[in-house]
Amino acid sequence: MKHKKNILAASVFTAVLILAVVIGYKNLSYNWQWYRVAPYFFSFENGRFVAGVLLQGVWITFKISAISLVLALVTGMVSAFARLSPYVSLRVLAWCYVETIRNTPLLIQIFVIYFVISPVLDLSAFTSAVIALSLFEGAYSSEIIRSGIINIPKGQFEAAQSIGLPVFATYYKVVVPQMLRQTLPMLAGQSVSLIKDSALVSTISIYDLTMQGQKIVSETFLTFEIWFAVALCYLSITATLSFIIRRIETRMRFVN
Amino acid sequence: MFDMKKVLMAVGLILLMPLALCLAGETGDRLSKESVIEKIQKDKVIRVGMSTFVPWAMKDKQGKLVGFEIDVARQLAKDMGVDVEFVPTAWSGIIPALMTGKFDVIIGGMGITAQRNLKVNFTTPYDYSGMSMVAHRKKAQGFSSLADFNKKDVNVAVRMGTTAEQAARKFLPKASLRLFENESQALQELNLGRVHAVVSSAPMPVFHALKYPDKLFVPLEENFTKEPIGFAIRKGDPDAVNFFNNWIINQHASGFLKEKKAFWFESRDWEDLVK
Repeated sequence: MKHKKNILAASVFTAVLILAVVIGYKNLSYNWQWYRVAPYFFSFENGRFVAGVLLQGVWITFKISAISLVLALVTGMVSAFARLSPYVSLRVLAWCYVETIRNTPLLIQIFVIYFVISPVLDLSAFTSAVIALSLFEGAYSSEIIRSGIINIPKGQFEAAQSIGLPVFATYYKVVVPQMLRQTLPMLAGQSVSLIKDSALVSTISIYDLTMQGQKIVSETFLTFEIWFAVALCYLSITATLSFIIRRIETRMRFVN
Repeated sequence: MFDMKKVLMAVGLILLMPLALCLAGETGDRLSKESVIEKIQKDKVIRVGMSTFVPWAMKDKQGKLVGFEIDVARQLAKDMGVDVEFVPTAWSGIIPALMTGKFDVIIGGMGITAQRNLKVNFTTPYDYSGMSMVAHRKKAQGFSSLADFNKKDVNVAVRMGTTAEQAARKFLPKASLRLFENESQALQELNLGRVHAVVSSAPMPVFHALKYPDKLFVPLEENFTKEPIGFAIRKGDPDAVNFFNNWIINQHASGFLKEKKAFWFESRDWEDLVK
């Protein structure tokens, strides 16, 4: 009985929500021109497939996110171990890194790296963006990984020591696999955040998905259509990633 | 725990949402039915959309807005007998903001282009502007024509969504464009020597080159485009077009526009205001 009421409430809620969106869509004094959006994804020139600017943007976003994701995990791993190391200097260094990055806006970090640091080291915009994103998401991953390691029972370390495993093997075979199993859902959330945060690199003139969207909007003023399309692209990238990580999670559950 | 009362209340609230949206939606119709001129008189204020562009609109030392556009908008408000309220807006979003009623009119050095005119209406021109360029002495050594810049390995920075961006695309199709949200970022890029040049409406490039004479220079003697500048208003409002057009014609005739143009674009007397 209760269950039925819940379903009823949920369906009423959904129906009203859809109604509200439809009425809002119709009443907005805006001339919708969805038919103009398709060519920005792809077109056919003499029968050959040509990727539109939005697809090119998807590719750049994918590239930046993929490279940054790997580097962020490495940074996070190193910083987490540094925070748990017996050396005070390493601990302080890692703590400073994590707190500085976590308590300042990413946009400002991107600007500082691109306009202040990169002229000195002569880095390209793309490199600056990757560095900024990796450092930013690395700081968050560091805390996630650290919590995963702390939560491994002490007995595991003692057991590894008692059978004479070297330090590296202890981490590689015992600690990291268990840490990953615990922290994978959180790391998945972090990687989705990374993909969404990568939109900010458009501010330093990298032609990612957001930048291409802005460019089309400034030329054609198809404001709402293009932004909806761009949002859909991000959604498809993040949904794919979430799906892959979900698969890895179920796999790991059965590994002993 | 399932609380029927709470659910009913939530559903009731949600049922009111479309009603609220209907009322909100009416603005769209109302905007087209009654002229913005009426609205300005009723509200006793004209809301002007603009964006920072030296010397069209900028902040002086006290943080007050000054510039050519600002003078024009203030005079317009005075002649209408209303107050003026400036709404600073990011340039790339200024047309959507006008269309959704965030302000009454754009007076912001906006060039009249066909693509923009499909979305908004323009008045008769109250000013003409042209594209000019400022280049980096080391990177663009010996460059003196558009053809020199129209090469594959040349980088040009422009502000996104401006006629400068369109002009750069049209006249420098081979060069690679770096787009920024603000003028200052594009100029920063040039000062760091990461691009060969910045394209922007005159007189900004010339002013900027004068500021850093040992680093930058002006490669082209003449502006390479001439474009009319008009007020932008929402479509479907003939009264507003008529009123603003006639106001502009009057200001051309009285010499007000000419005098302001001379002060902001040909003299440098205003530099002390902003430094």
